[in-house]
Amino acid sequence: MTDDELIWRIAGGSGDGIASTSQNFAKALMRSGLHVFTHRHYPSRIRGGHTYTEIRASADPVKSRGDGYNFLLALGDSFARNPQENAYYGNEEVKPLSENLDELREGGVIVYDSGLLDTSEIEDFDERVEENGWHVYDIDLRTMAREHGREVMRNTAGVGVTCAIAGIDTEWIENLMRDAMPEKILDPNLEILEAAYEMVQEEYDVDAPDISVPEGEHDEEQVLLSGSDAIAYGALDEGCRFIAGYPMTPWTEVFTIMSQNLPEVGGISEQVEDEIAAAALAIGASHAGTKAMSGSSGGGFALMSEPLGLAEMTETPVVLVEAMRAGPSTGMPTKPEQGDLEHVLYTSQGDSHRVVFAPSDAAEAYHQTRKAFQIAYEYQIPSIVLYDQKNGGELRNVPASVFDEEPNGDIGSVISEEELADAPHDPSGKYNRFQHEGEKGVSKRSIPGQKGGRYLATGNEHMPAGHIAEDPDNRVFQVNRRMEKLEAIRAELDEGDVPNNTHYGPDEAEYGIMTFGSQQGTVEEAVDRLNDDGHSVKALGVSEMAPYPVEQVSEFLESVDECLVVEMNASAQFRGLTQKEIGKYGEKLSSLLKYNGNPFEPEEITEGFVTSIVEGEELPTHETKFVPAASD
Amino acid sequence: MSAFNAIGENVERDRNEYTPGLEPQPTWCPGCGDFGVLKALKGAAAELGLSPEEMLLVTGIGCSGKLNSYFDSYGFHTIHGRSLPIARAAKLANPGLTVVAAGGDGDGYGIGGNHFMHSARENHDMTYIVFNNEIFGLTKGQTSPTSPMGHKSKTQPHGSAKQPLRPLSMSLNAGASYVARTAAVNPNQAKDIIVEAIEHDGFSHVDFLTQCPTWNKDAKQYVPYIDVNDSEDYEIDVSDRKSASDLMYETENALNEGTVLTGRYYHDEDRPSYQQEKQNIGEMPEEPLAERYFDEDYEWERSYDMFLDKHK
Ligand SMILES: Cc1ncc(C[n+]2csc(CCOP(=O)(O)OP(=O)(O)O)c2C)c(N)n1
Ligand code: SF4
Repeated sequence: MTDDELIWRIAGGSGDGIASTSQNFAKALMRSGLHVFTHRHYPSRIRGGHTYTEIRASADPVKSRGDGYNFLLALGDSFARNPQENAYYGNEEVKPLSENLDELREGGVIVYDSGLLDTSEIEDFDERVEENGWHVYDIDLRTMAREHGREVMRNTAGVGVTCAIAGIDTEWIENLMRDAMPEKILDPNLEILEAAYEMVQEEYDVDAPDISVPEGEHDEEQVLLSGSDAIAYGALDEGCRFIAGYPMTPWTEVFTIMSQNLPEVGGISEQVEDEIAAAALAIGASHAGTKAMSGSSGGGFALMSEPLGLAEMTETPVVLVEAMRAGPSTGMPTKPEQGDLEHVLYTSQGDSHRVVFAPSDAAEAYHQTRKAFQIAYEYQIPSIVLYDQKNGGELRNVPASVFDEEPNGDIGSVISEEELADAPHDPSGKYNRFQHEGEKGVSKRSIPGQKGGRYLATGNEHMPAGHIAEDPDNRVFQVNRRMEKLEAIRAELDEGDVPNNTHYGPDEAEYGIMTFGSQQGTVEEAVDRLNDDGHSVKALGVSEMAPYPVEQVSEFLESVDECLVVEMNASAQFRGLTQKEIGKYGEKLSSLLKYNGNPFEPEEITEGFVTSIVEGEELPTHETKFVPAASD
Repeated sequence: MSAFNAIGENVERDRNEYTPGLEPQPTWCPGCGDFGVLKALKGAAAELGLSPEEMLLVTGIGCSGKLNSYFDSYGFHTIHGRSLPIARAAKLANPGLTVVAAGGDGDGYGIGGNHFMHSARENHDMTYIVFNNEIFGLTKGQTSPTSPMGHKSKTQPHGSAKQPLRPLSMSLNAGASYVARTAAVNPNQAKDIIVEAIEHDGFSHVDFLTQCPTWNKDAKQYVPYIDVNDSEDYEIDVSDRKSASDLMYETENALNEGTVLTGRYYHDEDRPSYQQEKQNIGEMPEEPLAERYFDEDYEWERSYDMFLDKHK
């Protein structure tokens, strides 16, 4: 565990402004030159309930939430006092404090709002404080906020207190408030910030806790954004100007960002009646000559299975986004899991194919979303960006230069009217749109309205001009043609310069850890720690799920004695995929799985590695903590 | 220069221009009402002088869904019930296209019912023709949402216990701005109505009565038709919702009792199309989206310049 870092957790009730406060604080820390990473934990509830956000800040790049944390700001759940909620959720008044103690590190700091929270209601509080050497600050943030402005500004007071204790210059916060707040609320907020800061300086010994914020400096300009932002910006930069969707957490984030930004670039966003319609609209818009996308999360994506197959059969390019959350069915709406991998790979009937990317972080999400469009439009095949609630929602700093990429308005393999004049047509006068002459299985499409380009797009098997046909020879020709694309796509991805399938750690290492998507950063951190502890480990984070990077993964597995496969689901879907695609090295693989609704922490991976690979013991079944509801 | 040269080319045309050459010959049964829709659509397209290449004919699945195999224009034969969302997005992406969607009563009122309701509500500028033969044809004669109560089929051997759906009232109430019913046995009226529907700027719903001699012997060609537009008994104000609603009530009862009223029931020429509404609120570009990708001079915006400041 590095000491030279601040992991600040702000806890309260949903609706208490935890998200916006933490976002601003993270940005202020980033502006001061630090690397930041946020982790959100929230219940599927609009107001109240136990919610927190963690910000990890360090002078070195941060890749995961880390293990535990060292500074708690417990704001109190202002909605817990609603008598009606008591009936459903029991007494939640002290949760912002009581629920967060388990992970607070030794010697850590607790600041709590004594206006809302009463420690005498928490069993063993004093003993635990004593045992762990925690530094406790009970401050009536609520009254302070009331005196200077409004009660909701407790957040700002809490940030002021944090700055005083951790030695953060409030100037960063002030500048940010000036940028972000309307004038009316700016002044009282500045006042509260100042008052809170001074009060702590005057009344407490702020040097006592061993908490300070490291100093850092960036080599280049940074931006603070989420994986969802990065996907949306990747789509926009790739010339996507049409999105259709239906809200479902956590996909809603990408949908919202796109809907807010598309009008500004002259694009169209449609919120429609259901997910079948959403995917169908994207297909319709693409057919008519735009770059279009849609997306959803598990249950909504299930409805898209049917249009997905249509896109493949009609060779209509489309990009779909799938934001995983814990399933099956509605599962746990606000909790991450990687359990939709097989769903996304295999949904839709027949020999159907799609391209699937699983980016690990914001920078990769940006580039791979762009790549997903390029592949979809070049090869006329659906491509999917698969991510999860974790990387969708976590904010982190990314060099601004990642986004300094030229936009791309090229619509891929479309035929021009000049080319159409010489192109093959069938006896009915239609353009033979499904009859490629080339090697990649790609046959240029015409766009409705183009002269000489008439054809029929159909989800039934069809002849080159689109007429429905069950002719056996044509069937084999068309199936082969559609499958041929996959090899070409694999070759293009292998040669491409888009960051993918990232190797991490020493080239020569005895053991390997493989993972996909959002767990990669945490795995990398675990690899560093293992190597520091004298183990010999390297990692491969795979972010292309289909067509599978067989060669790269084989090389990696060839080079290690054993490999731990880390993923957030209970059925080892990624390991299964690897074994299915590669057909060997199965004996080298073992699984580390987590499916309790929380992402891995680095220590869980290092422990899992030692137990399973080094000591050769069975991994314990997943630790379960069953807490009966208060009324039981 | 437009990338889509065929759009707006309107010249005088012959209905045979929409016949796709030698192949394929329709696979519809002899005497099927679907031939009537094909004929009426060809007549209407010719009368409007539409170039086959500026038309996009989107269909669902069923015997009806084969319409665009036998009508020569750009076509998209989609999946069961999903023609409307595909069609309306194509229209949004390229408003220059003349977009017509078509499908059966099972396709449009059953599996696609949700899309039907919402497309009418949104008033997309397009025409929706529903082949209403009161039966599932292609899957061999099962009861459909418009089959009369008591209708017996292999899957409902004791007769349907369900009231048939009232498609005209449905689309009127959902918000369609043009609602009409016509019939395959009424070819001139059918063509005129399709012309009017395509010309109308908004969602036009045409419930097109077709007979299915193979599975539905009670097909409507045997009952007398009254054209409400011509009949003096039905003096209605077509722009009036209430009077349209009353007439539909009568019609839809009559349909099940054996007399059939056809004609145009509702035509609201004042309601702006969805596209127009969306333009008014600033969420729809003036220039067709699709053209942009073909315009070499178009400057593509970049998120780095537009949105990144707020993340700094
Ligand atoms: C999702 C799905 N469900 C069922 C079918 C099978 N299916 C094909 S056509 C059809 C019924 C068509 O009836 P209708 O829309 O009334 O058209 P008609 O054949 O009478 O013209 C059905 C159920 C299908 N193709 N797809
Ligand atoms: S089954 Fe009925 S609807 Fe289908 S083609 Fe034959 S007559 Fe027409």
